[in-house]
Amino acid sequence: MNVSIDPALSDGRAAAGEPVAARLLEARHIVKRFGDNVANDDVSLALAPGEIHALLGENGAGKSTLVKIIYGALQPNEGEIFWKGERVTIESPAAARKLGIGMVFQHFSLFDALTVAENIALASPKGVPMAELSAAIEKVSAEYGLPLKANDRIADLPVGIRQRVEIVRCLLQSPDLIIMDEPTSVLTPQEADQLFVTLRRLASEGCAILYISHRLEEVRELCHRATVMRRGKVVAETDPTRETVASLARLMVGSEVAAVHRAPAQRGRPRLTLDGLDLPSKDPFGVALVDVKLEVAAGEIVAIAGVAGNGQGELFDAISGERLGERAAAVLIDEVAVGHAGVNARRKLGAAFVPEERLGHGAVPGLPLSDNVVLTRHGTADGLVARGLMRFARAAEIVAFVTERFDVRKGVPDPEARALSGGNLQKFVVGREVDRVPGLLVVSQPTWGVDAGAAAVIRQSLIDLARSGSAVLVISQDLDEIFEIADRIAVISRGHLSEPEPAATMTRERIGLLMAGGAEKKGAA
Amino acid sequence: MLEITVAILLTVITAATPLLLAAIGELVVERSGVLNLGVEGMMVMGAVAGFGAANLTGSGTLGILCAMLAGVVMALLFGFLVLTLVANQVATGLALTLLGLGLSGLLGESFVGQPGVRLPKLEIPGLSDLPVVGQLLFAQDILVYISFALTAAVAWFLFKSRAGLVLRAVGDNHGSAHALGYPVIAVRYAAVAFGGACAGLAGAYLSLAYTPQWVENMTAGRGWIALALVVFASWLPFRVMIGAYLFGAVTVLTFHVQALRGNLPPWLPEWVGGLTQTPSQFLSMLPYIATIVVLVLISMNRRTTLLNTPACLGRPFVPDR
Repeated sequence: MNVSIDPALSDGRAAAGEPVAARLLEARHIVKRFGDNVANDDVSLALAPGEIHALLGENGAGKSTLVKIIYGALQPNEGEIFWKGERVTIESPAAARKLGIGMVFQHFSLFDALTVAENIALASPKGVPMAELSAAIEKVSAEYGLPLKANDRIADLPVGIRQRVEIVRCLLQSPDLIIMDEPTSVLTPQEADQLFVTLRRLASEGCAILYISHRLEEVRELCHRATVMRRGKVVAETDPTRETVASLARLMVGSEVAAVHRAPAQRGRPRLTLDGLDLPSKDPFGVALVDVKLEVAAGEIVAIAGVAGNGQGELFDAISGERLGERAAAVLIDEVAVGHAGVNARRKLGAAFVPEERLGHGAVPGLPLSDNVVLTRHGTADGLVARGLMRFARAAEIVAFVTERFDVRKGVPDPEARALSGGNLQKFVVGREVDRVPGLLVVSQPTWGVDAGAAAVIRQSLIDLARSGSAVLVISQDLDEIFEIADRIAVISRGHLSEPEPAATMTRERIGLLMAGGAEKKGAA
Repeated sequence: MLEITVAILLTVITAATPLLLAAIGELVVERSGVLNLGVEGMMVMGAVAGFGAANLTGSGTLGILCAMLAGVVMALLFGFLVLTLVANQVATGLALTLLGLGLSGLLGESFVGQPGVRLPKLEIPGLSDLPVVGQLLFAQDILVYISFALTAAVAWFLFKSRAGLVLRAVGDNHGSAHALGYPVIAVRYAAVAFGGACAGLAGAYLSLAYTPQWVENMTAGRGWIALALVVFASWLPFRVMIGAYLFGAVTVLTFHVQALRGNLPPWLPEWVGGLTQTPSQFLSMLPYIATIVVLVLISMNRRTTLLNTPACLGRPFVPDR
């Protein structure tokens, strides 16, 4: 269904109690092709001043492409863009900024080695003296409740503050439209609330906000209108406050999303024990793990929540054996001290690991899936090696089985890992380990960048694995996911891990407090 | 004794200047995120072009200009391969060195044994009459002055000017620089060309001032030393200068130790005289060891080093479709 924007749709907003104003931005019939792939197929979008407009869709639905076209980073093949009623060609991001369009990127476009002021100077007009700019930064940032110090180096700042830098960089250009790409994915719930206050204030001052998010709950809370995209097309334009999370998800996916079923956990013996694990930071910008204590028992899923960059990577490396600790007894797998053992020795004890970065860490991009199966499972009792030689037929069998069970879509029977889309590869790297029925599974960001349907499959498989008697440890930044699957929840903050608490009694607010350093204070006491 | 001291210090300047010129150029190139291992090749082409032009026209100035031009042409060839065609920077840089060494030998065949043009010493009125420092610092050829000015100018450019900020941004995160609308490839072309011009100047110094003649392979590995200096100096201009002068000083000292035997200036500690007894191979190693040790010591602060290392160094940039 193609929605051509007509005045009737704006009336919907008026009915919702919003002022009707002239159009600020209008994209009409945008088409963008990459080779045979049509990323945007006749997409239209209209924004009014002061409107917070959500752009919804799964990965690959074409949201990023549309936003890049509006921000001038890509040129459309067909269609036209009107800005304040006039037809414009936005040739470059610089041209977009000149018009009054600013953007806050999901993966920050900041320069780590430079200071806050230098980063902002790069996006400001020429000829403003540094001292004046620094003063302006501190003034504007304080005004909007996002205080910044102009001379801090980006590399030293936590992720939440880095996002402030991006936002303040936008604000200093006094834009009429701000595009925000998944802004809350790196924030604690409290930081997100603070951001919403800022965004509402901006909107009340007449600035339009195009808000891209996966988090339907916050879209309902924040946005005045929502445009939903699926496979390159606009499938609906709606008032999110009148929708439910389930109805928005249905619009995005195009069908019902299977709910995850979860039987109550029956905790058995501990299968993973961290007993005062310390790990120094690898580089000056890294995080050190301090006295981490955790027990994951057979039959349960323990989830570790935390804002990115608080020691999750270090924790994963220490449990998987990619980095070895001082004391062997700091890490116990099935009561065996493995602190000095390598990855494969730990796998032989029945452990399995799925790292966050699937391409390059979880799988070798240039190798076929069957070779990637051999790489993580050659040491375990899977019959992949006989008399020192690899058995490729067995590897191919495993690939066939895993891809069937986890619905990994592929063109040929045994493609190279890089030929799979991100979501499909994620299903494969999780499926490869779950298929082994490991006694302990440690998985980082199990459904990062995976569409809702596939995410449900992966989550269900983790629950099933745990209920079959394995211990599952999930490291995730997605609180919705954590509440969906976890039996107990711990929070990591600057290398300190909080005491795990039952999911049933844990709240988002409490997680937010722990994320902001509650765990650390308790650890220090 | 004072005369020997001044003579030694003068030779330190001549030994350090080509290293400084080449290294300061490469520093700018690497700050923009490009690793050009072809410094030696650009330098030797600068040496032959500078010698040839000066020899044919009799003008040292034309020699210098031609040396810079030769360096820029080589650098743009490199730039075309690695920036436009996205070839591997390491392999292309090595090839550029091999090409420069071979091509300069071929072009310079008829120059071998010919008399060269020596750049005149420019005495700065008043200052050059000062005792000791007058002759040392204010009676040098133009390229020595240029090397000082260039170091200060590059430091100012990188850390005070907006264009320098853009250059550092491109070297730190080319994806973000592109997203902000900066022309990553154009900035890198400019940096690479500047590096070529500086390497050409370094070559010209060798064939017009250091030893005003043409000898095949006369750069003798100085391009590689310049490259190493940039890294050991954590990409900071004044540290590059310290490194170049340190390397020059120790090199010269080992010559004098060998040449003067017991007849050393009194301000040198006694163990330096003892060095005359050591095998000459050890003395030849000394500049490298001393430079590495000192620069490693001043780069002990890993934070400073990491903050100054261009994060995109050697990484190819391909913009979105």
